[in-house]
Amino acid sequence: MPHVKCLRCRECGSEYPIEPLNACEYCFGPLEVEYDYESIAKAVSRKSISNGPDTMWRYHDFLPVEKESAVDISTGFTPLIHAKNLGNQLGLDNLYIKNDSVNPTYSFKDRPVSVTTTKALEFEFEVLACVSTGNLMGSVAAHGAKAGMKTMVFYPADLEQGKIQGAAVYGPTMVAVTGNYDHANRFCSELADNHRWAFVNINMRPFYAEGSKTLGYEVAEQLGWKAPDHCVVPGASGELHTKIWKGLQEFNDLGLIENLKTKMHLAQPEGCSPIVGAFETGAGHVTPVRPETIAKSLAIGNPAAGPYSLEVLRETKGTGVSAEENTIIDGIRLLAETEGIFTETAGGVVISSLKKLVEHGKIKKDEVTVAYVTGNGLKTMEAMGDFVTPIETTPDYETFQTALAAFQKM
Amino acid sequence: MTTKRVRFTFPSELIKEPVIYKLGIDFEIVTNIRRADVRDSMGWVILELEGADDVIQKGLDWVSSTGVRVDPVGGDIIEG
Repeated sequence: MPHVKCLRCRECGSEYPIEPLNACEYCFGPLEVEYDYESIAKAVSRKSISNGPDTMWRYHDFLPVEKESAVDISTGFTPLIHAKNLGNQLGLDNLYIKNDSVNPTYSFKDRPVSVTTTKALEFEFEVLACVSTGNLMGSVAAHGAKAGMKTMVFYPADLEQGKIQGAAVYGPTMVAVTGNYDHANRFCSELADNHRWAFVNINMRPFYAEGSKTLGYEVAEQLGWKAPDHCVVPGASGELHTKIWKGLQEFNDLGLIENLKTKMHLAQPEGCSPIVGAFETGAGHVTPVRPETIAKSLAIGNPAAGPYSLEVLRETKGTGVSAEENTIIDGIRLLAETEGIFTETAGGVVISSLKKLVEHGKIKKDEVTVAYVTGNGLKTMEAMGDFVTPIETTPDYETFQTALAAFQKM
Repeated sequence: MTTKRVRFTFPSELIKEPVIYKLGIDFEIVTNIRRADVRDSMGWVILELEGADDVIQKGLDWVSSTGVRVDPVGGDIIEG
């Protein structure tokens, strides 16, 4: 690990060695990986990155792992699409969709999990684990399979069958935790203290979080080594928002891009918007909420990185936006009908929030805007409800023509 | 004996209540505050508790019953 210096507490600055730790012993603040940027600067250039693999591992010098050991299932370097049709509808000339729903397990989670699994092997863990309600469990199960690790996936017992099967197919040990969301949350927090397992989003959190930086690097590279004017990012724990910004900052600090002035907007569903709520009231801290949203992948009521996401919003002059619950499906359908991209509910939150940002004059027509679509729509089919009204016909021409005419009058 | 790291979030109407003091006196739990931020609208305290397993659980159940929210220090860990 030539470019990694230590872990450092985000609150009190205490320094720790590179070990599977996630909280400061003094103030219990979260730990973050600290890099030797002089060393990275000597190792990377636009050319060296461009010559790398067509995956997130082209940025290995910015990640806290040995590149030789990468557990890679071809994650990343996903398409950045110039969304002309959606842009026309919204009044934006330079709108781009970062389509991260085409990763191997169909969500951006493959990025942090790829880094974490690699690090877990370096730490010689034998068991990879997570607690999840969807995208994360599938990604952990897939990476565990690729790495040849024993994998434990914990989930609330009332989770939808589709999500359970989507993870179970990779062969992990599935653990259904009875009780509600809070019970599973607290139980797994305690479990992580008592077993030597690599819990990707608990004791491995500092390394896990770093994987999301690659969504900042990729967008800058795909825009021709330029930062966008605006990013619209879905908000759950707030970590994705802060790490995309960290990625852009690192590129800027190393001279790979210039003139970084990106406004980092955060999109949360109205039914779970603790960070946006704090932003709107000007509060200095994030008050936890009880999630009541159809955007299950964003249903984190007590976001671990909430205060840091709030800082990024204020530092970059971004805006926190909440999408009304009844506009989330509209956002999904608008993206599908204009760009042919079917996203999950979190993507619907992003598109709905993007529309509000434009309507409120926060984004101007010619500004380069990137909306992050982080998960595939097939994962949240149940949220779509019954919206299909087909033309019903018997297999004869006359009946069909009559039915078609009636349909066209509707 | 066991230790547990928790975060208490106080709504505005409970900020003046000596909840942590009572937790120590009434339940004989050792409380050790590590970080806190208290404003007029709300407040949070991150602390370590030390005591018997079942006593800590009873103490936390009581804290929750007062209207103070109890969470793991690291926030919600379940992810979608």
